[in-house]
Amino acid sequence: MASLVGSRVERKEDKKLLTGRGKYTADVTFAHQTYAYFVRSPHARAQIKNVDISKAVKASGVVSVLTGKDIVNDKIGGLIAGWRIKSEDGSDMKVPPHPPLASESVNYVGDHVAVVIAESLDEARNAAELVKVDYKVLKAVVKTDEAMKSDNIYKDIPKNLCFDWLLGDRAKVKEAFDKADKIIKIDLINNRLIPNAMEPRAANADYNPSTEEITLYTTSQNPHLARIIISAFNGVAPENKLRVIAPDVGGGFGSKIYPYAEEVVCSWAAKKIERPVKWVADRTESFLSDCHGRDHVTHAELAVKNDGTFLGFKNETIANLGAYASVFGTVTPTYLFGPCATGVYKMPAAYSNVKAVYTNTAPVDAYRGAGRPEATYTIETLVEKAARELGMDPAEIRMKNFPTQFPFQQTLVHSVDSGDYVGGLKKAMEVADYKGFEKRKRDSASKGKLRGIGLCSYFEACGIAPSPVVMMLGCGIGLWESAEVRFNPTGNVTVFTGSHSHGQGHDTTFAQIAADQLGVPIENIEISHGDTDKGPFGYGTYGSRSLTVGGTAIVKACDKIVAKGKKVAAKMLEVSESDVEFKDGEFIVAKSNKKKTIGEIAFACYLPGTYGEVKSPLPEGEEPGLKETSFFDPVNFSFPAGSHICEVEVDPDTGKVELVKYTAVDDFGTIINPLVVEGQVHGGLAQGIGQALHENCHYDDSGQLVTASYMDYTMPRADNFPNFELGFTCTPATSNPLGTKGCGEAGAIAAPPTVMNAVMNAIGTEISMPATAEKVWKACQKMKKANSEAA
Amino acid sequence: MKTFNYHSTKDVKEATKLASSSSAFLAGGMTTIPSMKLGLASYKDIIDIKRIKKLSGIKVSAKSVTIGSTTKHVEVANSKEVKKALPSLSALAEGIGDPQVRNRGTIGGSIANNDPSADYPSACIALNATIHTNNRKISADKFFTGMFETSLKKGELIEAIEFQIPEKSCYQKYPNPASRYAIVGVYVAKHKSGVNVAVTGAKSCVYNEKNISNALSKNFSASSIDNVVVSSSGINSDIHASAEYRANMVKVFAKKAVEAC
Repeated sequence: MASLVGSRVERKEDKKLLTGRGKYTADVTFAHQTYAYFVRSPHARAQIKNVDISKAVKASGVVSVLTGKDIVNDKIGGLIAGWRIKSEDGSDMKVPPHPPLASESVNYVGDHVAVVIAESLDEARNAAELVKVDYKVLKAVVKTDEAMKSDNIYKDIPKNLCFDWLLGDRAKVKEAFDKADKIIKIDLINNRLIPNAMEPRAANADYNPSTEEITLYTTSQNPHLARIIISAFNGVAPENKLRVIAPDVGGGFGSKIYPYAEEVVCSWAAKKIERPVKWVADRTESFLSDCHGRDHVTHAELAVKNDGTFLGFKNETIANLGAYASVFGTVTPTYLFGPCATGVYKMPAAYSNVKAVYTNTAPVDAYRGAGRPEATYTIETLVEKAARELGMDPAEIRMKNFPTQFPFQQTLVHSVDSGDYVGGLKKAMEVADYKGFEKRKRDSASKGKLRGIGLCSYFEACGIAPSPVVMMLGCGIGLWESAEVRFNPTGNVTVFTGSHSHGQGHDTTFAQIAADQLGVPIENIEISHGDTDKGPFGYGTYGSRSLTVGGTAIVKACDKIVAKGKKVAAKMLEVSESDVEFKDGEFIVAKSNKKKTIGEIAFACYLPGTYGEVKSPLPEGEEPGLKETSFFDPVNFSFPAGSHICEVEVDPDTGKVELVKYTAVDDFGTIINPLVVEGQVHGGLAQGIGQALHENCHYDDSGQLVTASYMDYTMPRADNFPNFELGFTCTPATSNPLGTKGCGEAGAIAAPPTVMNAVMNAIGTEISMPATAEKVWKACQKMKKANSEAA
Repeated sequence: MKTFNYHSTKDVKEATKLASSSSAFLAGGMTTIPSMKLGLASYKDIIDIKRIKKLSGIKVSAKSVTIGSTTKHVEVANSKEVKKALPSLSALAEGIGDPQVRNRGTIGGSIANNDPSADYPSACIALNATIHTNNRKISADKFFTGMFETSLKKGELIEAIEFQIPEKSCYQKYPNPASRYAIVGVYVAKHKSGVNVAVTGAKSCVYNEKNISNALSKNFSASSIDNVVVSSSGINSDIHASAEYRANMVKVFAKKAVEAC
């Protein structure tokens, strides 16, 4: 039987998803359904003096109106920060309370104040207009780099500072800088982004008063985590009385990893009114209240020798957490960011210092790449600048500082098990025809266009992650993953995974793995995820972890199935277990060529007897059934890496940047399904290029979100992209049996510096993301003026 | 959305009779419906005019192209007659919104709404259009009176728009990267009587950029625009483009339009 691992199996889930047969949370409607509409703060910062619901409760169709007072009275717990970070001085991070409905203050536009529950959505929305909230409006803190100098949002949190974190050795860095021939400095803004999953967030909670069980349908990347948080921290119901189902979910990009106020409120309210409560965000609510991404202000320095050797690196960053510390909000700008900021290079000394600040903006949390795009943007624009200032080729300076021995002990945390950075960059240069650039530049110039080329070499730490390591670093949860492989009596298979697919293609990729392991045809394998009542506990999908951690759990569970199968086959074939080999779905005795298929074994395990005589196919002491579970905790992170090269053409008259060529050569270790991986790379690139050229979340000085719709927030579209040239190298990961490394975030990590380096190469000056036409035009005008003055 | 009465008529008289101070005519609904859904507008009566046959269709004569008010963008974009007589207009229609919008949105709806960055108003100004309503004819330069404002009276219904066929013309726009509305759209039309340079997106209302049209009337070439000064005063400034940038784009896109004429 040919191996399915490595083949371009078409996505099993696409027929359903592309023909409108997917079942999303908004598609679920219960009998006696009610509809929730949230009253949200129109102010970025205000005290709540009074909430008057007297008119709203009398409005047509209204079932209930609940406020922050009800949350307090019912002792419903607040939303949590899931990762504890300590400051350089040893003090704990400072976290303000984050109630699901505010009763004392609101801290960003869109903050939840009350919920109106009615027989229809229109009635709920109309009645919400009748909820009168008396606010005392306060001056908002909006800008990341001004937060520490502004009024304290929370009285117990001076300078709005959550923590002032250090990773690395300042003294060693100073020593390195003292020895340097040259110090390259850069100031960067990593622009704030809004995730914009295609499916807005939604929740529908049903309460059964006779069993006291809540069933919550929700748009989650991580239903088990949602259940434990809503149960253990919000106190809505015990875990055994709360079933969370994340059905088909239309994209998450990090913004759906953890439960939000709405899921907590719908679950609590359903129990309170003993009717199902449904909420579906409209697009503006998504813009306002989904957790945002990025938003760093960074000053970084690189100490170099004149020959381009790197000696040391400093990274001073202010990270915006928004109004509250969200679940992964504190780890994103620290352990996911700091260690990777030294890039793919040998760096004798380095530190990352991050000050995380609160502002009156939506909470900021993990967004595709989470910390690693910010890290890569920092080091890769800095390295490019170093090449420019030293008069070196940007590829040469990178090659010079790549490690060539693996495992490679990266400066700040990671021990990178495998990689070939030199080979990757060489291949990218080949695919991109790096040598031919000068000619293409002349051709562009003859059309009046400025052409630029940009490079980026990245690595990232993903496949998160070894539980003891992350918990030592402050993580409030483990990050292993589970799988249950369940043979049905007739020989087909259901595989339960604790991870969750919301576009990644697990139904296909995971089935390929199980098919190869078990020798069962792929069409006889179903992948099941997203229901806490079905499969074992798991930690969901993010951090490019599903395949590397969750896929490995499937392999391990399959191993257990095969081990049991061998015992049963040996008994049935009347040989000793050591004589049985398993290959392509068959248990074979080499000596006699006797065999049993795995289907026959499954059948025998479920029907362990024979007509007419007392005879079991099961060895003494072996239990009936064929079902195995595995919980896999990885021993290390995985480290995808790669080199991307892009070319842009700039029209100096309009400043419009056209992306004319984009090459990505990535090392994801073993690739299970190239079709799925290419799709992941394309999507990641679209988001990374979006950050570089188009997307920008903009709050005005009063904290109003100006980019609260697609009229103002620029989502990239298909016509913004060229055909991507993809290439792959492969150094298998040594930390998991599949050799996989993860591919979901790479595009979003590598693209921003690649594109920006090309833009800056074209126009000859530094600009910030996104490189909008006006910014580029202004830079071109400035360069033109400078050049004419110089002449 | 607040509840409302829905009327569908086959007759202009009936439609105008139903109109009141709390009604709206509905053609493509590309602005009306989203505004109602977002709670930005509410009406007691919605009067659907799509079934009124005489309001839809295209007539081309030697001197003019006349388009019924409920004619969809896609019909103008695909019309062989319009492509032949006035290709700049079919090209403009082809560039409005996206296929969904072009398959529902209408010319009458577009100009009645007079969005400051809509495309069609610039065509009306550049092509000396006459707006035919149920009771009068209004010249384009008197029709567009301000941001989202026109000289239409309450209950007055646009029946058709009559465009003068120029010697040469071209519309070039710089779309807003987010909404794809025009940040700046410039419609250049060379008539026997002179040149019009209608600009949309740059100010609160479409206007004829006189400095450029005067220069082009003297010498119809891109280079004659080089020394024209387009002041940034009165030009829109927002997160997408400053007044300075928009003013410059008016020139850049006027040149592109002249070059492509």
